[in-house]
Amino acid sequence: MNKLLSNKWVITAFVLPTLLFFLGIVIVPLFITGYYSLFNYNGLINIADAEFVGAGNYIKLFTGDSVFLVSLKNTAILIIGSVFVQIPLAFLLANRLAKGIPGEKAFRTIFFIPVVIAATIIGKLFYYIFSADIGMVNAIVRALGVPDFYFNWLTNPATAFLCVAFAAIWQYIGYHMIILYAGIKSISADYFEAAVIDGATGAKATRHITIPLLAPVVKTCVVLATVGSVKTYDIVVSMVGSGSHSGTQVPAILLWRNLFKGRLVGYGSAQAFFLVVVCLLLSYLIARLFKKSEENASQY
Amino acid sequence: MNKRKIKTIITVIGLSLFALVQLFPLYWLFMFSLKSNTDILLSDNVLGWPTVFQWENYATVFSRSTIPMYFLNSIIYSGATVLLAGLLTAMTAYAIARMKWKLSGAVFMLFVVGLMIPVHAALLPLYQVLYSTGLRSVPYLGLILVYVAFAIPMSVMILTSFFKVLPRELEEAAVIDGCSIFGAFWKIMLPLIMPGFATASIFTVMGTWNDLLLVQTYVDVNSLKTITVGVLDFVGVHSRKLGLIGAGLVAATVPVIIIYILFSERIQKSLLQGAIKG
Repeated sequence: MNKLLSNKWVITAFVLPTLLFFLGIVIVPLFITGYYSLFNYNGLINIADAEFVGAGNYIKLFTGDSVFLVSLKNTAILIIGSVFVQIPLAFLLANRLAKGIPGEKAFRTIFFIPVVIAATIIGKLFYYIFSADIGMVNAIVRALGVPDFYFNWLTNPATAFLCVAFAAIWQYIGYHMIILYAGIKSISADYFEAAVIDGATGAKATRHITIPLLAPVVKTCVVLATVGSVKTYDIVVSMVGSGSHSGTQVPAILLWRNLFKGRLVGYGSAQAFFLVVVCLLLSYLIARLFKKSEENASQY
Repeated sequence: MNKRKIKTIITVIGLSLFALVQLFPLYWLFMFSLKSNTDILLSDNVLGWPTVFQWENYATVFSRSTIPMYFLNSIIYSGATVLLAGLLTAMTAYAIARMKWKLSGAVFMLFVVGLMIPVHAALLPLYQVLYSTGLRSVPYLGLILVYVAFAIPMSVMILTSFFKVLPRELEEAAVIDGCSIFGAFWKIMLPLIMPGFATASIFTVMGTWNDLLLVQTYVDVNSLKTITVGVLDFVGVHSRKLGLIGAGLVAATVPVIIIYILFSERIQKSLLQGAIKG
């Protein structure tokens, strides 16, 4: 049997198709994008005839493109919102549900419903919710006692992207809640019983048992939320449009326009490659950041 | 009433308020979809019930709109991607979990890192390849291949973790009985990892069904686009019939919610396995 499981032909037959698929469609194009990013290339001519600019496109990202910097700021808003609002909120819900409460299963199912709806649809829904004339938000404020309240949430540059971020955070609270819920449930009851003997219950037990032991799961949530924030595209396109005023731009929209509409293929490729580096780098940094608390968690 | 009971009641009220925050926008959309334009534009009825229920909005969506067609397309793309990605990654995951070869760890790492790579990085070169090979003009196929490739990393990771916990005696017995390794894989192992297959498929479907970027990039022909583009298109075409737009959004959402509620335990469990094991 072992001989059969180390037969080279058998292994090749099982692995090669997937590997070729993945290399051909994901990895090779990734490097081609990296290569294009070094040229002043419009996508129409042969790349060999394009002007080589080296790091020029990357320098332009940070010195000659204020809209791109705005899009990075917006990405940062999404990351901060999800790490410091969405995940803590999800934790509070998960922690409360995991302790057991009447209707636990129903709450879990309800909190998760927005997650299964396409972000494109959520974006359109929130476009109407924040609409100045027919929107739910203005109507609620009016109903709460400000009869003439009228505010244009999505065209005001100060609030437009915050509304998008609100919708994105709202949609995925349930996702993180489910992950954290399972993490908490998998902590052995012995710890909590021992804690009760030592006099630690409620908030104390949460602080000294649940949170430290949950570190690896929280790390997963933070990585998922961060990479997801960097990739954000659909919800912005459907909620405020891809060509709208620059205050709501995100990198994914800008690079798409450069690649497919603006004939700035070299520059768009630099933006795309930069996003890949950001995703890998942030994932690595998060892993480093959590390393110590994960080691502590595994000592138990 | 004792103190504990009061505390529980307060907690349930708090959680219910949060449930309201999650559900109210969807309820509001449903009411929106049943209103006439005058009802919607009449600003003091934004939160209220429709004065007259406009069920014909739904009749229009189902009989005279492109929403059902886009919906069907989404089913075709997702179904084909699930089958193709499932089969490919099951074989690879089996090789990673069970077979002995030097590069096993490296290949697995490749997929782990692949999970972090945003699809944007491959957009243009893939476009050029699909264009120059003519795959772009073959209905469905080009986009399905791209969906499959991006579904591979998660699926390999999930299925590998499922294969690792299966007892080795099973396929050994099958091989001793005269089965080939392919036969043992197909007849013994595949049926046993069906739960893993379900888990991986849920991730694949969520990625494929919700995609907007790739379908916008690679499909020109309207009749081959999916529900996400369809919804945006529908909103654009009917921008003056607000209730109808609402009905289109609800119609595109309700089947997904029904499937979710039917399989909610399975889906929630799958997401966990994906997140924790992955």
